[in-house]
Amino acid sequence: MNEISSALLQAVSFGTPILLACLGATVNERAGVSNLGVEGMIAVGALAAFATANSTGNPWLAVGAAIAAATALACVHAVATIPMRANQFVSGLALTLLGTGLAGLLGKSYEGFPLAIHVPEWPFVALAGLLTLLLAFVFSFTRPGLILRSTGENPAAVDALGISVPLVRFVAVLIGGAFSGLAGAFLSLVYRPSWMDNISGGLGWLAVALVIFVAWSPLRAAAGALFFGVLYYLQFRLQGATRFPTELLAALPYLLVLVALGVAGARQAAGHAPAALGRPYLRGER
Amino acid sequence: MRLSPVSSPGPWRRLLVTVIALLVAALICAGVFALYGVAPLEAYRSMLGTLGDPVGLSEVVRRSIPLLLIGGGLTLAYRAQFVNIGGEGQLLLGAVGGSGVALFVPPGPWTLPLMFLCGTLLGGLWALIAVWLKVRYRVNEILTTLMLNYVASSLVVYLINGPWKGRNVQGYVYSDLFPGAATLALLPGTQVHQATLVLGVLVVTGLQFVLTRSVFGYQLRVVGENRAAAEYAGIPVGRVMTLAALITGGAAGLAGVGEVAGIHHRLLEPGELSLGYGFTAVIVAWLARGNPLLVLLTAPLLGVILAGGDVLKIDQNMPFRIVDVFSGVMLLCLIVSELFVQNRVRFGPWPRRSYE
Amino acid sequence: MTRIETLAQPGHPDVTSAVLSLRGITKRFPGVTANDQVSLEVYPGEVLGLLGENGAGKSTLISILYGLYQPDEGEILLDGQPANLSSPAQALRRGMGLVPQHPLLVERHTVAENLALGAGSAWQPVRQVTPRILELSRTYGLEVNPAAPVHTLSPGEKQRVEILRALLGGARILILDEPTSVLTPQEVEGLFQIMRELRAGGKSLIFISHKLDEVMEICDRTVVLRRGKVVGGLPIAEASKASLAELMVGRSVSFERRRVTPPPGPLLLSVRGLEARGGRGHLALRGVNFDLHEGEVLGVAGVTGNGQTELVEVLAGLRPVSGGAVSLGGVPLTGDPAQRFAQGVAHIPEDRLHTGTVPTMSVSENLALREYGQLPFSRGGLRNLQAQDEFARRMVERYAVSTPNVQTPSRLLSGGNIQKLILARELTEQVRLILAVHPTYGLDIGATEQVHQELLGCAGRGAGVLLVGEDLDELLSLCDRVVVMLHGQLLGPFDAAQTSRKALGLQMTGGAA
Repeated sequence: MNEISSALLQAVSFGTPILLACLGATVNERAGVSNLGVEGMIAVGALAAFATANSTGNPWLAVGAAIAAATALACVHAVATIPMRANQFVSGLALTLLGTGLAGLLGKSYEGFPLAIHVPEWPFVALAGLLTLLLAFVFSFTRPGLILRSTGENPAAVDALGISVPLVRFVAVLIGGAFSGLAGAFLSLVYRPSWMDNISGGLGWLAVALVIFVAWSPLRAAAGALFFGVLYYLQFRLQGATRFPTELLAALPYLLVLVALGVAGARQAAGHAPAALGRPYLRGER
Repeated sequence: MRLSPVSSPGPWRRLLVTVIALLVAALICAGVFALYGVAPLEAYRSMLGTLGDPVGLSEVVRRSIPLLLIGGGLTLAYRAQFVNIGGEGQLLLGAVGGSGVALFVPPGPWTLPLMFLCGTLLGGLWALIAVWLKVRYRVNEILTTLMLNYVASSLVVYLINGPWKGRNVQGYVYSDLFPGAATLALLPGTQVHQATLVLGVLVVTGLQFVLTRSVFGYQLRVVGENRAAAEYAGIPVGRVMTLAALITGGAAGLAGVGEVAGIHHRLLEPGELSLGYGFTAVIVAWLARGNPLLVLLTAPLLGVILAGGDVLKIDQNMPFRIVDVFSGVMLLCLIVSELFVQNRVRFGPWPRRSYE
Repeated sequence: MTRIETLAQPGHPDVTSAVLSLRGITKRFPGVTANDQVSLEVYPGEVLGLLGENGAGKSTLISILYGLYQPDEGEILLDGQPANLSSPAQALRRGMGLVPQHPLLVERHTVAENLALGAGSAWQPVRQVTPRILELSRTYGLEVNPAAPVHTLSPGEKQRVEILRALLGGARILILDEPTSVLTPQEVEGLFQIMRELRAGGKSLIFISHKLDEVMEICDRTVVLRRGKVVGGLPIAEASKASLAELMVGRSVSFERRRVTPPPGPLLLSVRGLEARGGRGHLALRGVNFDLHEGEVLGVAGVTGNGQTELVEVLAGLRPVSGGAVSLGGVPLTGDPAQRFAQGVAHIPEDRLHTGTVPTMSVSENLALREYGQLPFSRGGLRNLQAQDEFARRMVERYAVSTPNVQTPSRLLSGGNIQKLILARELTEQVRLILAVHPTYGLDIGATEQVHQELLGCAGRGAGVLLVGEDLDELLSLCDRVVVMLHGQLLGPFDAAQTSRKALGLQMTGGAA
């Protein structure tokens, strides 16, 4: 019994940053903008949180700094892909390089130091849960949610009603950045709690893949994140307990994403993808 | 400010815009240097200094070899709209294939050819997984090739910790040294394995020919430019894309063999085998705008940045991560610059489009 | 200082009662004056027909009314007051409503969700808007189920959703842009009934069309545009089809043109019990049977989405068959599109830009899209670029494709020239069966004429033509026989010389069953 509850706690702990990042990516993909830069935004968020926490000792400021830093990076993506119409996938990739690179570079002097303050875990978990419910509600029952979804499906229809497509998309990308920043703050303030290069270790990519796997649904994202959490716990538990090599277990989440994308989800999920996902909108172009 | 489309941008316009984009990227990175507390001019002098002396130059060439091979293959893949981000993983698999032959096949004159063959096949196979998922299940290849990078990295770590761990390396994690027959000759006093370099030049030249003059190249371009038209014309889209993926993966695998056979002479940690060549090659291919032959110019350019990153590590005590910053900024500037290739900037109010 | 150039407005001597007035609207684009001193009035409770050929300036005028363009000169008055329509949002607020030719709806969302997008409240918008939808439906006879996903609706139903949207937005003036182009004659009758209800309710309607029968039936007045200018305006009581056509085109027009049907040749294409699934997995073709003879032009009419696309795709080898048999000249027709082309099956696809050509590639390479793998285009896997360009130059001349040279990317060509390029590539010497889908859609008169002549020329040399079209007049004038597709099955064939638009329309909606 104790075993199970501690497993669940660990799973929630690992699942929380994935869920936060995944929710953010869901928001911007629902508006029709893909952002593969989640990994980079998490990295700068984590560094900003750690640096602020250690210099001010204030966890609120630390979280705020994480959100601000990640949103600033998301802003670069938004400018490149919305008014400048650059390829969203390549821009996201560049954002990952830039974000992880900047965080690794500027974080060099913070490496090896412990976090000066103690930050409790539960507010992040509660926040992730609340945001899940909030997003599900906003998507289904409010006009802003309807506008967001319509923008991802048929931006021309939104434009014809006098609603600004670039504005909707811009806001969505920034929200995605803010969520990734929260995920980063959780990593460096609670989960580790310290700063190290490559702190997210591919977690951002799991989040991006999860969006597709859960078919752009916030509620299902929570279940999916928990599932990855359990998987991570098992990987941790199985170390040494079995003869199965640890190094290969580390590849398990990625292999699972591959299998999940390929076999189970892809065919069906492709039908759920926002119809205009990945396509820049230019008025008058069909 | 407003934009008006250029009906068919010429090569000079493209070149001019690209050069400006690179200059803007350099300017932004100067800001990053300053933020880190390094004088930007000093940093750039260090980086470009590599071109000034023979040792630096040979380092640039050494870095350019894998970029040439991977970047060349990527241009082809991008022309087929197979956005391969998995050069890193394919390179690692190539290294695994080459190392397997070197360590376990009795050495002889056949060793090196067999290493190249095996590495190419494994690299191709790694790309094959992604292209199969794309063609069969429409899974986004950007995600799959990325995931496969992590899997490949885990595989290498497993091999050098487990079954392939050297017998007399004590606490270190890498394989035994390769036998002499499994190592490539170097230009004296450098780390340049000239055989792979020649191979790289041949590969990009060959790919250029394939792309422009062969029936397969024509099919590949139609598939990449307009998939619906390819299906309409009866071009076997899946087969063409698969072959393109095999070529791009194979070229990366070839690069992996070159690294282990030419420089390291053993299989070691993924981070030491590759300095992020797979990602840097994305920029090489993007800069070359899908022309394999242009990779002969763009690969050394990025080679300067990689070698320069090494110099900065020593001269200015900067983390090698600066290279990722460079790559990210350059890539962003390049993709944004495409807008200015396709459009002319005019000053005046934005025009409104007709509702039609 | 406004010059008031009002046309005679019989029945409405009082210009001040106009709900909308345009005074000397001029809009110039580089090299063309799209609207030149356009003035007109719209009164409450009337249907104004706005007529003109393609390029006469109708679209520009709509864009100005809907706030997408600002006029260079002139002014717009609403209720006699100058109005500044600087954005669609503003136009909507001032009571302008636009029903676009191609509906702008989110296919995956429900009708209510689509309508809530523009008019709903912030909170529970769908629940708020549903009673208003039902109320408007009742008032104007706009039947539609608010809970239905849009992708399940027929074109006529989608149009009703667009009308509802305009009404929910409080529109007093509705602009209907070629609303009948996607409808069957019976659906058109339904639309006219709705328009009469709206007119009776005091709304003003601007009906844009070039179908003169419909204009004569529904409009109270007409305004005709030609080359950006108002060339005339007649109350419908004083107009005739001939007079309106002359105003539109600038010369007198004959309405009759019918192909002389040749005696039937030997059997070419035989289709028996053909079944195939559509994109969403439903059975799109449910037992299709027909014969096509050499030298025959067989028309396929029907409302979009009844299986025409799938039929052509199956015959072209683009879609797998799930049952039935197809034979060409007595031999089973199988293989991929390339193999079928080698057997003489040509395909002029519906989407000439995104299926028929590779827009970024040159005219020369586009002309090689079918035969790139054979002599003289290539040999032993290597291409012969000289031979390819040589062929291209010949085709450009033979088909009068207007292009700077054969290296020009095909996206720079006009629609008509792209279609000529496709004809040049598809209509080889060996062609036996031509699958043509909407081959003249959106083309100007000259290009349309050329497409007709090339197709008929091939038929004259013994090829069979399967012509899928929306324009019943075109089908009736070109084809020997016409079949109608309904729910994946064929009705007919009907002899083109014996049948009528009305009869075909009845078949298209299943009304004759």
